[in-house]
Amino acid sequence: MTSILEGFSKAFSLILHLNADLMGIILLSFKVSGTALLVATSLALPLSALLGFRKFPFREFVISILNTFMGLPPVVVGLFVYLLLSRSGPLGFMALLYTPSAMIIAQTILAFPIVASLSHSAIMGVDPVIKYAATTLGATPFQVSLTVINEARYGIMAAVIAGFGRVMAEVGAILIVGGNIAGFTRVMTTTIALETDKGNFELALALGVILLLISLMVNVLLHIFQKKGMAGANR
Amino acid sequence: MSLSLQAVGVDKSYNGTSVLQGCSWSFDKAGIYVLTGANGSGKSTFLRICSLLERPDRGTISFVDRGKTVQSNIALMRRMTLVLPKAGLFNMSVSRNVSYGLRIRGISGKEAADRTESILKFVGLSHKKDQNALTLSSGETQRIGIARALVIDPEVLFLDEPTASIDEKNTAIIEDIILQLKQQGRTTIIMTTHDRAQAERLADRVLLLEKGRIV
Repeated sequence: MTSILEGFSKAFSLILHLNADLMGIILLSFKVSGTALLVATSLALPLSALLGFRKFPFREFVISILNTFMGLPPVVVGLFVYLLLSRSGPLGFMALLYTPSAMIIAQTILAFPIVASLSHSAIMGVDPVIKYAATTLGATPFQVSLTVINEARYGIMAAVIAGFGRVMAEVGAILIVGGNIAGFTRVMTTTIALETDKGNFELALALGVILLLISLMVNVLLHIFQKKGMAGANR
Repeated sequence: MSLSLQAVGVDKSYNGTSVLQGCSWSFDKAGIYVLTGANGSGKSTFLRICSLLERPDRGTISFVDRGKTVQSNIALMRRMTLVLPKAGLFNMSVSRNVSYGLRIRGISGKEAADRTESILKFVGLSHKKDQNALTLSSGETQRIGIARALVIDPEVLFLDEPTASIDEKNTAIIEDIILQLKQQGRTTIIMTTHDRAQAERLADRVLLLEKGRIV
């Protein structure tokens, strides 16, 4: 019990003194996960709009795949990206393995189905009367789509935040493709795993506290956006 | 009135159930046409088809402007509008809802603000312009739905049950708005109501629908 309390005390000291190693790890985590989320969102939003507004062959199949991939095991994604980027793999010539870029690719794959599927649900959840209202007011099909997307904005923001929560807390994939190299590919979750193995609980606990705070913040934001989205749906 | 509408032999059915059978009418004079009839008589379906929101299974809807048939395209759609029974206001402020039709036509700035303000005054809701539209009462929602339609100055205004499920006070306000529009004489109004007394109060011409036919 004493060692746990001591660990927490040292962890808070690291946070309060803005320890350089700690800050470097946090910054890299945000950089990797933020970039992955940005890429995933840029790809997922057009797809969710396409699924929401157009009927095309295999549409239902694509939706089912996205829903299934929302629960992709990170280690499987890690393994898949590793095989792609390893020297003998098809993308081995790019020499991306054990770099932040490899971690971004893995996290993009993890975030993409979540953002796409939840955004699609948000678009589909918009009352059809919105589409009719925009059409009868003279909107072009493109303007109608933008109006519906605008009405789904809180649901879409919730989807992006859910994607962020997923990639920020993920450890399996980035450990495999990033290699947990100090000062280069070491992020919060991989550091916690490593430091716990080594018995250095201060840094692990400090990062754990920060991860928990991020998770709390993500959930509060999710709740706010879902509530706003519900207000729109219950018009 | 420059835009007139002719419906010829309109049939419509849903899942094998016939809703409209050979409905024909020529809406060629400015004023108020009221389609009335019992629930399920097909009046709302006929209105949605006339406003080009739905396609008929058979028959045609054509618009004529100074003797020439107008092609059914976005330019024609922008000369008319339909207010649905559930207005479908957007999750944004009242004034942004009202100015929506102007923004999508590329009208912004002072002109849009002035037109929005003027229409909000006309429907008696300028004091609510900054409020989120989803917080309005049903009667106010319907009035904003009408304001959103009027701001674009439509030549033909379709109103589907504009006073259904709203209180007497708001019903009176909306009837007054419709009568003022009639006095201005710029807009052809085609509306549905199941309230025969309201139809008599407002209409220049009452069309009775029974079992999908104009009788």
